[in-house]
Amino acid sequence: MGIEETVERTAVETLKRAVIYLPKDVKRALKNAYDKETSETAKTQLTAILDNINLGETGKTPICQDTGVILFYVTVGKDFGDVSYVPAALDRAVKTATIKVPLRPNAVHPLTRKNSGDNTGANMPYINWNMGEGDYLEVTAMPKGAGSENMSSLAMLTPGEGAQAVKRFVVDQVIKAGAQPCPPTIIGVGIGGSADIALKLAKKALLRPIDKPHPEPEIATLEKELLKGVNMTGIGPMGLGGDATSLGVNIEYAHCHTASLPVGINMQCWAARRATARIHRNGQVEVIT
Amino acid sequence: MMAEFKFRTPISEADARKPKIGDSVYVSGLMITARDQAHRRALEYVKTGKPIPVSFDGNVVFHCGPIAAKEGEKWRIVAAGPTTSTRMESYEAEFIERLKPRVIVGKAGMGPKTAEAAKKFGAIYCDFTGGAAVLASQRIKAVKGVEWYDLGMPEALWIMEVEDFGPLAVTIDSQGKNLHDIVQRSALEKRAEILKTLGVSP
Repeated sequence: MGIEETVERTAVETLKRAVIYLPKDVKRALKNAYDKETSETAKTQLTAILDNINLGETGKTPICQDTGVILFYVTVGKDFGDVSYVPAALDRAVKTATIKVPLRPNAVHPLTRKNSGDNTGANMPYINWNMGEGDYLEVTAMPKGAGSENMSSLAMLTPGEGAQAVKRFVVDQVIKAGAQPCPPTIIGVGIGGSADIALKLAKKALLRPIDKPHPEPEIATLEKELLKGVNMTGIGPMGLGGDATSLGVNIEYAHCHTASLPVGINMQCWAARRATARIHRNGQVEVIT
Repeated sequence: MMAEFKFRTPISEADARKPKIGDSVYVSGLMITARDQAHRRALEYVKTGKPIPVSFDGNVVFHCGPIAAKEGEKWRIVAAGPTTSTRMESYEAEFIERLKPRVIVGKAGMGPKTAEAAKKFGAIYCDFTGGAAVLASQRIKAVKGVEWYDLGMPEALWIMEVEDFGPLAVTIDSQGKNLHDIVQRSALEKRAEILKTLGVSP
């Protein structure tokens, strides 16, 4: 099998793994949330969620019918070699996975709303490219559902207010979103850069496991504080009231213009699906998540 | 205390008026999926006198776009959790008035127009756990048909036979009470205290 075919097949497998099996950190957080939950209604919701995760795994079935739009994060190792065929290979992989897994055909033209039927279309699947070390191509599949994505927001805040403004914005958006992003959620926050970069970072923050705080202590503290704050809202699982509104808050940041403070928020439902594999130059495939 | 109800379609107005917010409901019988586009088309057809391929009267509407797989000539529902119901808010009141469904199932709740229609015409809105699509599909016994497939798999009308579909949490009852609204308002009331805890001025 040539490397091109290996990339395509690995992408199909990675997509399949993403929609069926939740990452370990998310499953652990949901179980913890169940153990700590004090509201009976909320416990019923968390039981349904945990049962559903087991049923999905046992039956090898996508845990949620909204298998999202397909986003890829691809890191190209400096010694991997040619990658010009990768977009076409990922496109074919999405088409194959749509039939084989199966995935729900979600991709429509934004204005005519005509469904392409195979989850591909203009700029879809979307590939985020990064440069990296080593002889491998790392492919992360992130199928992103609409319920949580529709709760995204961007604000250009007052730079002088700093972290205070960020905290207020996050708390307000979580209250405003209520039940809609399928809580307990994970909140991705992108701070700084520019308007578009803040939103990109917000989504990228969701790739980090929720049991792994930001490496910088100040940012890690802010993540912890924000999590405490949003869980004081009492919105709870599915917005029916309860303790577990969010499982984690992940922040990424970039330096920004001295005159601006862009903040992006990308919410993730409890079905936080992501899977990663590495394809080495010699064709060897390594499953990471 | 929370009460539990088991309904079989066709559900009468009197039955639909029994549960209160916070109660638990299971439904059996005919459940039909409808999202934004199906709601829009159904109302357009009603107004222009065009026939709608299935009757909603006394039945259950499910805000859901399933993953369905065709096996030979038969459809099988692979995964079928609820979608966010707020997108249907602009259609639902009129839908309840004209097409008379008694139970609407979705997630994340609906607004004052739907609550008003539920009160006036005798219907309830219930939440099924968002994302619990495999759990939901286990309660779907058969696909009786699919209509308006030209709208795409998620937006089509999937006509399904369900057995003990639930547990459904009643979040809008026929008195027009709205549980999601209560939770949301309570969260807003806590805002000042939360900001204070985080050391933020309101």
